Amino acid sequence: MARMKFLADAERCIECNGCVTACKNENEVPWGVNRRRVVTLNDGLPGEKSISVACMHCSDAPCMAVCPVDCFYKTTEGVVLHDKDICIGCGYCFYACPFGAPQFPQDGAFGLRGKMDKCTFCAGGPEPDFSAAEFRKYGRNRLAEGKLPACAEQCATKALLGGDADVIADIYRDRVLKRGKGSEVWGWGTAYGRPEKKPAAQPGAKS
Amino acid sequence: MKRLIVIGAAAVLPLIAAGCGEKATVTVYKQGQYQGKPDNQPWDSEQFKGDKVAWEKAIKARNLGQNEYVRAAPAAN
Repeated sequence: MARMKFLADAERCIECNGCVTACKNENEVPWGVNRRRVVTLNDGLPGEKSISVACMHCSDAPCMAVCPVDCFYKTTEGVVLHDKDICIGCGYCFYACPFGAPQFPQDGAFGLRGKMDKCTFCAGGPEPDFSAAEFRKYGRNRLAEGKLPACAEQCATKALLGGDADVIADIYRDRVLKRGKGSEVWGWGTAYGRPEKKPAAQPGAKS
Repeated sequence: MKRLIVIGAAAVLPLIAAGCGEKATVTVYKQGQYQGKPDNQPWDSEQFKGDKVAWEKAIKARNLGQNEYVRAAPAAN
């Protein structure tokens, strides 16, 4: 079984923000919510580095550990998802996440914090596949269409790789050997350095 | 007088004991257990109709498509 991961190659990212736009377009993410963003270090200086950041779907996800209402679950592909019908928008996951992935839409006249929104690895959520409810709450379910996340697939320089961990790690290894530098993968150790936490048993889910 | 105290105590005791039978009114979350709705597998979608092998094949093709060293034709020397 594939273990889905993201890999951001700082040597290749040109800060085009194509991944951010693709994510926004694919999932029709509301204004003010950025499931993915590009972070640039030493911006404007020679040797600046950019990386595309979103939920990394960690092996042992800290958001899952701190959620007081246990609305998170992990699919058999290792994608960390959550049930928005249970989320209370407390924001604990935002404080726990090392990548700042959880986003909170500002709803209403007084800017009330809404239910948490984050990258789903384009895997939808706990609603019937391709349903209007799934799209409205979680965005498009590309994984069920046999596709990978839009951000990674559209990346022009292939700086952002997404998919089966073994395959993308092989692609990256081959790339590093060819160019002879830049073997450091930003966020990889933080996200996947700890042992894999087994997917939580979901009552009624088909295996 | 003593009899009155005994009768009074017998009447009050059930009221005090009734407090012990109070049930918790807050939702109890099972720590570490997902509380939401179940999600189905990606290969259970209309497109793959439960064919896990076909889904994995489609995903693998997409995965390998990200490797431009393989995708691009080797340069002719």
